[in-house]
Amino acid sequence: MTEPFLIGDMMTGGYGRGPDILHECTISVNPGEIAVIVGPNGAGKSTAMKAIFGMLNVRSGSVRLAGEDITALSPQDRVIRGMGFVPQVRNIFPSMTVEENLEMGAFIRRDDIRETMEQVYHLFPILKDKRRQAAGELSGGQRQQVAVGRALMTKPKLLMLDEPTAGVSPIVMDELFDRIIEVSRTGIPILMVEQNARQALEIADRGYVLVQGRNAHTGTGKELLNDPEVRRSFLGG
Amino acid sequence: MSQSLRAPLLFAFVAVLFILEGTTSAWIFSGSWNTSLGILNMALISAIMALGVNLQWGYAGLFNVGIMGFVALGGLATVLVSLPPTPGTWTAGGGPRIVLALLLGAATVVAAVLIQSRLPKGRVRALGTLTILVGGFFLYRWAFDGGVSVVEAINPANAGNIGGLNPGGVDGFRDWGVITLLAWPLGGVLAAGAAWVIGKTALGLRSDYLAIATLGIAEIIISVMKNEDWLARGVKNVIGLPRPVPYEIDLQNSASFVERAASFGLDATTASTIYVKLAYMVLFTVVLLVLLWLAERALKSPWGRMMRAIRDNETAAEAMGKDVTARHLQIFILGSAICGIAGAMMTTLDSQLTPGAYQPLRFTFLIWVMVIIGGSGNNLGSILGAFLIWWLWVQVEPMGLWLSQVLTSGLAEDNWFRVAMADSAAHMRLFTMGIALLLVLRFSPRGLIPEK
Amino acid sequence: MDFLNGLVTLANFVLIPATSYGAQLALGALGVTLIYGILRFSNFAHGDTMAFGTTITILLTWWFQSMGISFGVLPTALLALPFGIAATGLLLVGTDRVVYRFYRRKKAAPVILVIVSVGVMFIMNGIVRFIIGVSDQNFADGERFIISARDFKDMTGLAEGLALRTTQVLTVVVAVIVVAVLFWFLNKTRTGKSMRAFSDNEDLALLSGINPERVVMVTWLIVAGLATVAGVLYGLDKSFKPFTYFQLLLPIFASAVVGGLGNPLGAIAGGFVVAFSEVTVTYAWKKVLTYWLPDSLAPDGLVQLMSTDYKFAVSFAILIIVLLFKPTGLFKGQSV
Repeated sequence: MTEPFLIGDMMTGGYGRGPDILHECTISVNPGEIAVIVGPNGAGKSTAMKAIFGMLNVRSGSVRLAGEDITALSPQDRVIRGMGFVPQVRNIFPSMTVEENLEMGAFIRRDDIRETMEQVYHLFPILKDKRRQAAGELSGGQRQQVAVGRALMTKPKLLMLDEPTAGVSPIVMDELFDRIIEVSRTGIPILMVEQNARQALEIADRGYVLVQGRNAHTGTGKELLNDPEVRRSFLGG
Repeated sequence: MSQSLRAPLLFAFVAVLFILEGTTSAWIFSGSWNTSLGILNMALISAIMALGVNLQWGYAGLFNVGIMGFVALGGLATVLVSLPPTPGTWTAGGGPRIVLALLLGAATVVAAVLIQSRLPKGRVRALGTLTILVGGFFLYRWAFDGGVSVVEAINPANAGNIGGLNPGGVDGFRDWGVITLLAWPLGGVLAAGAAWVIGKTALGLRSDYLAIATLGIAEIIISVMKNEDWLARGVKNVIGLPRPVPYEIDLQNSASFVERAASFGLDATTASTIYVKLAYMVLFTVVLLVLLWLAERALKSPWGRMMRAIRDNETAAEAMGKDVTARHLQIFILGSAICGIAGAMMTTLDSQLTPGAYQPLRFTFLIWVMVIIGGSGNNLGSILGAFLIWWLWVQVEPMGLWLSQVLTSGLAEDNWFRVAMADSAAHMRLFTMGIALLLVLRFSPRGLIPEK
Repeated sequence: MDFLNGLVTLANFVLIPATSYGAQLALGALGVTLIYGILRFSNFAHGDTMAFGTTITILLTWWFQSMGISFGVLPTALLALPFGIAATGLLLVGTDRVVYRFYRRKKAAPVILVIVSVGVMFIMNGIVRFIIGVSDQNFADGERFIISARDFKDMTGLAEGLALRTTQVLTVVVAVIVVAVLFWFLNKTRTGKSMRAFSDNEDLALLSGINPERVVMVTWLIVAGLATVAGVLYGLDKSFKPFTYFQLLLPIFASAVVGGLGNPLGAIAGGFVVAFSEVTVTYAWKKVLTYWLPDSLAPDGLVQLMSTDYKFAVSFAILIIVLLFKPTGLFKGQSV
């Protein structure tokens, strides 16, 4: 098997000097794929993603991006290497306009960003209409689009989303998933953590079920949806 | 150095400083017990203020920068208690009218608050509140201005104020000096009242807001005391307040005292000043020890533990059902009251009230330096900080002068650099205090005697 | 005619002084609000920063004057101002390196930073006293009036004069220019936008690759400019005395809180709200009302709501009202 584009390999670690939350957890994603991490509350889903992004201490195991070991890099350096990250909360600049939010997303770039901005507006047409409005005044779903758009502005080689549908209505959730699929079609691998396991697995090429910081089940989204044990314990029958 | 030895050693060091001040005139010391006791008495008062501030900051994490205002209110209480009522104040219709005005003012505020809380939000409420506030203000000013002009017209050269509660009358009020002791708790009550108003508005908001609000109230208290001549003569100052200890001149005229002094080998003048200072020292020490005992009891009680729990994690304490804002209000009032008591004591010691002398750097921020350097959260630490910093505050000037002399000793008397250095020694105080505060915050943030 | 006379009186004693005072407060409050937005604490050393910048400017002004350099009708202090700003900038950036950065790295609570700023205040106060002493300094020169009261009376034939001092007009003009440049910087430049982003959401700004140390340094430099300009304008308009500058903290804080801490637009609005309230409440309205009201209603007293000695009480009252009813300020400030 060839090395995946991004892999968090056998990660063990926790926050600061606290106890380990992850135990030999492995997560990976390839271009064109959507990988989804699901699991019960407190299973370490967001923690696994933060470990990949360098926001906690990985005591053993490694994180590799396109074959390069990035375990020791800071989150900022990972952004420069091409990782885009959308935090679950506080993921926009509320008093700045939508357009300024996108500009700030591209802060590390020194080249012309107009083309990327057009691409983002193409993906999220509503943002183009509201581009002069303060992002904090938008609805929940629109704010998530701003957040994803901001992360796309660096032209990332990989996009990571931490519970993008938390706190939005089911209709908005479907819409957001559609957008995420569209982003994925542009070739960017997507790794996301989701609370809404069933809907997320439906669009997932690769699914990880975590339980207490360990890999419990791994497979394609379809396989996991059909796995009787996964159905029984996580999807409610 | 072990923790248990640290506090006694530091206190012993401070004691040595005061003993040197009294015994040797080498270096910066004066060799005068009179000076030494003078510094000590003010240090004792500062220690009480530091106790109050430590209650607020060390126990509860509240940042109060209005200490000066509470101290000044205490001073006001001393005047209002220890002076005799000015003849004519209460008969010619001046005093009663001022009281009426203050009642009208209070009634206006209460009515406005009632309307705000009872009526539903809307135009009626807004108009009603406005009418009451504007109408009440003019009523108040009408009553107040009339009363004030009567009071201030009474013997303006020497009085022009309402006076106080001293029953001895204009001729005999000095014999009733002991009544001044009553002013100390009253000073605490006045300060507590002001603290309640501030706490009600600014507590529960960001910590910075309490700081800004207290900074404001202190300035306002001082400007009221400077400008309301009817109250305590404003910037005309009140001097010659009666005091709870004997007068030096009476001691010098007492044959038995002179005889006793001679038996110690002292002349009557020196002995009388030292006697008076010692008397004050005893009084202040008693107050300090009582407050310290109460503060320590409170700290170890369930109430004190709850306070510290709130300080360390407000969110968790709130989640456990503690009313954080109400607790904060409580401790804010208590701490401010202690500052008020200390303020009343200070005015008693000075025998005069000079509103112009209240400077925030001296009466607010210096106390903060004492608490932080001494050890926030530790009562003994705050007291130590008060002794040490007050001593330093007094001695920085001679030290700076000495330093500038040493540095410029090779230069001619009129060399510009030598003159400039000698001049700037006078400004050393603030600079040194700032450096000391920053150094302690950076390298020993828990202070000289840390919280246990 | 009476109406015009009343209006002129009002302009002379209320509108013009309050406008220039408001502009000075606004500049001061902008500095406080920027520090609050970026470094997240209320800077108690701000008044003394203003005093420091003004001190340096005054020294250079005296030096220029002694060398015979002048700025024609304008005060020489304007020529010295850039150097004052540069010196203050050096002091603030140096202070940040030596003092504040340590607590920023430690992620210290805001109240600790406030206490640290009190220590800095002591030191700056000491430095200013070392350099220039504690007494009043007057350093205004150039043409004193644009229109003097007498000229105005001769020109218009009105009974009331209107004096327009150079410093008042200068204050407003300079303040407008400074504010315009500041807003252009914050809204149009990359660095300015990164400052707003940092103020809005620090974590996300870090994720976006914004360098916090650079943002902080630029902030201190801007604050140095704002504080020095505010201090020099205030000193030209009134006079320079270190303790007065310390006391300016209260109206400046009041302006920043009224407008909403962390909101630059709010700081400007707050400055004018506080200045106009202060001046109208402490002004004796007798003259204006005598002109405007029919003789039968003419007031007997001074019609002064509060004596001028209570001007701080006005800022304080406004502060309390805002804290009671709208703790985030008139414009939306950062947090409660």
